[in-house]
Amino acid sequence: MTAVVDTQEEETPIKTYTVNVGPQHPAAHGVLRLVAEMAGEVVERADPHIGLLHRGTEKLIEYKSYLQAMPYMDRLDYCAPMAMEHVFVLGVEKLLGIKVPPRAQYIRVLYAEISRLMNHLLCITTGALDVGATTPALWGFEEREKLMEYSERVSGARMHANYFRVGGVALDLPAGLSEDIYSFTETYPKYIDDLDALLTNNRIFKQRTVDIGVVSKEQALAWGMSGPMLRGSGVPWDLRKSQPYDAYDQMDFDVPVGLTNDCWARYLVRMEEMRQSVKIIRQCLEKMPDGPVRTDDHKVTPPKRGEMKRSMEALIHHFKLYTEGFHVPAGETYTAVEAPKGELGIYFIADGTNRPYRCHIRSPGFAHLSALAFMSKGHMLADVVAMIASLDIVFGEIDR
Amino acid sequence: MTNQSLMDLGAHIAAKLGGDVLSTEVRLGELVLVVRRDALIGVLTFLRDDPLCLFQELMDVCGVDWPNREERFDVVYNLLSIKRNQRVRVKLSTGEGVPVPSATDLHPGANWFERETWDMFGILFSGHPDLRRILTDYGFEGHPLRKDFPVTGYVEVRYDDGLKRVVYEPVKLIQDFRAFDFLSPWEGLTDVMLPGDEKAGVVKTGSNP
Repeated sequence: MTAVVDTQEEETPIKTYTVNVGPQHPAAHGVLRLVAEMAGEVVERADPHIGLLHRGTEKLIEYKSYLQAMPYMDRLDYCAPMAMEHVFVLGVEKLLGIKVPPRAQYIRVLYAEISRLMNHLLCITTGALDVGATTPALWGFEEREKLMEYSERVSGARMHANYFRVGGVALDLPAGLSEDIYSFTETYPKYIDDLDALLTNNRIFKQRTVDIGVVSKEQALAWGMSGPMLRGSGVPWDLRKSQPYDAYDQMDFDVPVGLTNDCWARYLVRMEEMRQSVKIIRQCLEKMPDGPVRTDDHKVTPPKRGEMKRSMEALIHHFKLYTEGFHVPAGETYTAVEAPKGELGIYFIADGTNRPYRCHIRSPGFAHLSALAFMSKGHMLADVVAMIASLDIVFGEIDR
Repeated sequence: MTNQSLMDLGAHIAAKLGGDVLSTEVRLGELVLVVRRDALIGVLTFLRDDPLCLFQELMDVCGVDWPNREERFDVVYNLLSIKRNQRVRVKLSTGEGVPVPSATDLHPGANWFERETWDMFGILFSGHPDLRRILTDYGFEGHPLRKDFPVTGYVEVRYDDGLKRVVYEPVKLIQDFRAFDFLSPWEGLTDVMLPGDEKAGVVKTGSNP
């Protein structure tokens, strides 16, 4: 606050002053409080204050059985809830050492990609809204609503699905859903083309995003970036390719890489990822095998309803599972998935009981937002808004 | 990544770093190194720069609380090598008030993760440029992820219409927090002899209808 900047000797010296952005501000994408030290319109230092949405998820999960802890995952990144569930079930399955039936793997991949579409739709269109384009958001939310409907049809909830389960998924796809999703993949590329025509070479959009928020490859690695942020800086890295989980090793898709390291490159990466997601969704639907959607280890998954009515053993399994839960053998794991925003990791310590001893959630947005301080230095305040949009932050996962 | 190549990597790291690495272990296909606390920076530098490691990305730093241990905290670093497509986990233990060297000079991204670990567990990091609380409220007291911190916390907030501001009050629960213990007493009783078990192995002689 005391620094005095002399621009020219004749001009009056500009004092730095502090601007408080948020926590309630439409461009803050949630409850970000940004304390920016400004010299005129230029940001000298930006200090994001987070934690306004901190709910203590990690603490709460320590007091819940593994099954009860699942719904908390949905509430992390509420823009792509099923991607959050995915890492949880993969982590627990690794500790338990159980195999998931192929059909369940395909359904999970299908919904992980639907989540990716939902997330990128939100990120791109609201990002465009932040730099002045209204139409993409109006169009995008219409498409997003269709995707939420698919989530609702399979789980009963538009957003907080709680659909994935350790050992598979909760229920099989209802009749007719695959056909509807397939017809969506036929109409959706048209929307991407329209969005492309509206934004990609739009002069105003490019003026607001090209050369804004440049992150070099070295910086991206040093700041622990992942996902579109890392690929936007020219690093071809995607966990779906390099460390494939579930059925991703049977999918054919490309990993887009940005060339210019700026907000525009990250926008282009996300656009291409949407096209690739559509490709993966189609492959999932075409190749989806028949069979069970849960493992038949009834220590972990509930028995069938009909079986439960007739078999004493099944009834005991059901009762035990929903009171005591299942026991996870002692051990620890760091499991990561390629969530829409980047590498979402979960670090479990199991102590052999029915509750996790420790569950740390490594959210991609947390690492990305911490880099805002260096990214915004020397930029105009209005450009910080474009940067926040391209970081793709959602406070559910950052604050946990 | 096969277990064998991870074990080889672990042996390579242990051989190069000597006494700084206390143990290497491969569990569930993941390589875990336990290191001495004051050797952390050397280990992380080696892991980042050694051509066989190249763990350039520090993905995650977190704490773990083991209240019954003499040094009650673990600090866990999860590293990723993009060039080698490998992960490694570095662990060290520390006590209350015993600082851990900060990794921010090597990996600037560690900044917020260390702040979070300080906030949640009260683990100090020496050499950290800005060790403030990050997730909890302004003026929060205590470290919520410690095992002795109650899950309900100590204070609750509400908006007071008379004072026209948010007020902090001690937590008043209408019903106590219910921590159910559903653990079955029979689970894990695998090598216990119950009365009558001694008969199981006895070969029957004669027919007894």
